[in-house]
Amino acid sequence: MNQPPVPPLPDADDELTRVHPNYAHALRVQTALSSLPVLVAAAVSEVALRKLGLVPPGLVAGVVLLIVIALVIRIPQSRFNARGYQMGSDRLRVVRGLMFRSDTVVPFGRVQHIDVAQGPLERFFGIATLTLHTAGNHNASVSLPGLGEELARAMREDIRAHIRRETL
Amino acid sequence: MSDTRRAAPLGIVIGALGAVRSAVLPAIAIAFSGVGGGGGFLVALGVGVAAVAIGVAISYIGWRRLTYTISEADIRVESGILSRAARSVPFERIQDVSLEAKLLPRLLGLVAVKFETGAGGADDLALAYLTAAEGERLRQLVRERREDEAELAAAASADPAAPAPARAADDAGEVLFALAPGRLLTFGLFEFSLAVFAVLGGALQYLDNVTGIDVWNVDPWYRWLKQQGSTVATLSPYAQALGAVAGLAGLLVVGSVTGVVRTALRDWGFTLTRSARGFRRQRGLLTRTDVVMPAHRVQGLVIGTGMVRYRFGWHSLSFVSLAQDEKEQSHVVAPFATMTEIAPIVAASGFRLPGDTTQWQRASTRHRNDLAARDAAIFVAATIVAAIVAPPGLFLIPLGLAVLAVGANLYAWEFRRHAIDDAQIYASQGFLSPRQEIATRLKLHSVEIAQGPVARFRGYATVHLGLAGGSFAMRGVPLAEALRLRAQVLETITATDYSRLDAPPHSPPVAQALSAAQSGFSENFLAT
Repeated sequence: MNQPPVPPLPDADDELTRVHPNYAHALRVQTALSSLPVLVAAAVSEVALRKLGLVPPGLVAGVVLLIVIALVIRIPQSRFNARGYQMGSDRLRVVRGLMFRSDTVVPFGRVQHIDVAQGPLERFFGIATLTLHTAGNHNASVSLPGLGEELARAMREDIRAHIRRETL
Repeated sequence: MSDTRRAAPLGIVIGALGAVRSAVLPAIAIAFSGVGGGGGFLVALGVGVAAVAIGVAISYIGWRRLTYTISEADIRVESGILSRAARSVPFERIQDVSLEAKLLPRLLGLVAVKFETGAGGADDLALAYLTAAEGERLRQLVRERREDEAELAAAASADPAAPAPARAADDAGEVLFALAPGRLLTFGLFEFSLAVFAVLGGALQYLDNVTGIDVWNVDPWYRWLKQQGSTVATLSPYAQALGAVAGLAGLLVVGSVTGVVRTALRDWGFTLTRSARGFRRQRGLLTRTDVVMPAHRVQGLVIGTGMVRYRFGWHSLSFVSLAQDEKEQSHVVAPFATMTEIAPIVAASGFRLPGDTTQWQRASTRHRNDLAARDAAIFVAATIVAAIVAPPGLFLIPLGLAVLAVGANLYAWEFRRHAIDDAQIYASQGFLSPRQEIATRLKLHSVEIAQGPVARFRGYATVHLGLAGGSFAMRGVPLAEALRLRAQVLETITATDYSRLDAPPHSPPVAQALSAAQSGFSENFLAT
């Protein structure tokens, strides 16, 4: 079977575009918010343990607080670093994941519809999530969060223009 | 040209019978529960009659309020007694039309017509019940409307590639696959199932609820067992062994009979025919179903098999499409066939089976080793625990399992492979019952390369392909190979837009030539 020569792949990691820096901030706020229940639980157990007097005061809550602070500083930054995208002339490549890496390419010719969504946090930070929907069962929707609001809309227009051109 | 119609009036009878059926049990329960003292039976009769009357009335009003309209471009169904719903489906979006006749409707000559759109499960359009003739007429109509559009397009573009489809031949079609009773019996034996015991358990539970005999109480059973046990103990070892063998044989018989009966109920008279525009499958002993699938909607193929039947050369073939088959995701088109029987079906659907020229690529050996190491590690851990706490010698069991796990993984690697050629992509996996998947490169929607921490460290990946109506994944592919696969698939995908995907599979060369000549104008219309 004669296979056509494979064109050189734009797959080198350095060609990935980083998402908006505010995405890291948004992630940080999100992580902080979601660790609040843990902090409250730590505070409660701290108070309860203090009555028993078994452990030195501040040990439980202090350790938990330190871990949470470390996580809030560390994790969002690495998640931000792990995320990238590459906008081609006819395809979008989305890379994500810290432990479990995933590298997805969606050709514009297979996009069914496009969403640009903003949650309250994202609105505050001026970023948006671009979601491409395909007809496949796997990767039925591929989302790319952390784009600047303007950029997300511009990308949507680009992709739409591409689809329009193809269908006409 | 639009006409509004009602469903078959006989359908009311089915609804009424359903009402009777659901009224009987509560009525019996009331009769025996002692409600209303001595007049319990009268109360029960009254409640029963009332329930039936209400059921019949609802069934009748429901029938009165259900209308369907066939217009130029779509089919519209209006239904609902209190809240009204109107749904319209354009002809060109209908994936397939299936007729289903359960036992009771079948006796009355009625069918339920389902229009599959691929929107998934409950969201499809269904009409229950129509006369069998009307159902067939509707199906013909849908097919003709779609053909008209195609022909219109063909005429508009003066396309010689789409000669007026032979409609007369459409009805007859060529039989691609049929299950003869003898084959069905063999199939049934391979469908060995002990599900009947689960059913028995359920029945016992029901008995428990209704009669108050406490089947889940251990004591009487234990007493019975002890009694039996002491009887068994008095027998000679020879007789004991004989008893055990007889018990096993009994299980075997029960399981086989269950398998045969279930298979016969589902697949009796299984016939797959190829007509001008699609595949038609009929099957079922009591509930008869009749499904038509347009050939160009087939997204991929799955060739499955079973642990034992694989050794005898039996396989099954399913079509992956957006439409769903009863509970399954894909349509079974040959449940139990040899590869030589499957080949013509595959050819008819516009696919190619992997042949001698197919260049199979194996999964990474590192992936194999990692899997073997992972599975062995679990059992070795168990071995260590057993060696410490369990009686001596017992640790040999998990140790043996560890060896087995390693062996199984090494063997499974032999079957985990994939291939790509100029039009299709193939993948197979599973060592006891190897399963093969075939997809067209063109009809894929996205490519993902996924890596867990171990995979990243060891340099292999899982490649997920976006397939409409199914999944397609290749595990343990070396990273460089995964990138190469992705590049090749993407090259094919990006060359053709989604709106031009549905071109009939038997004329791709012509379609391509046309698209080159006139920017794919006619191809778009050929789609439906």
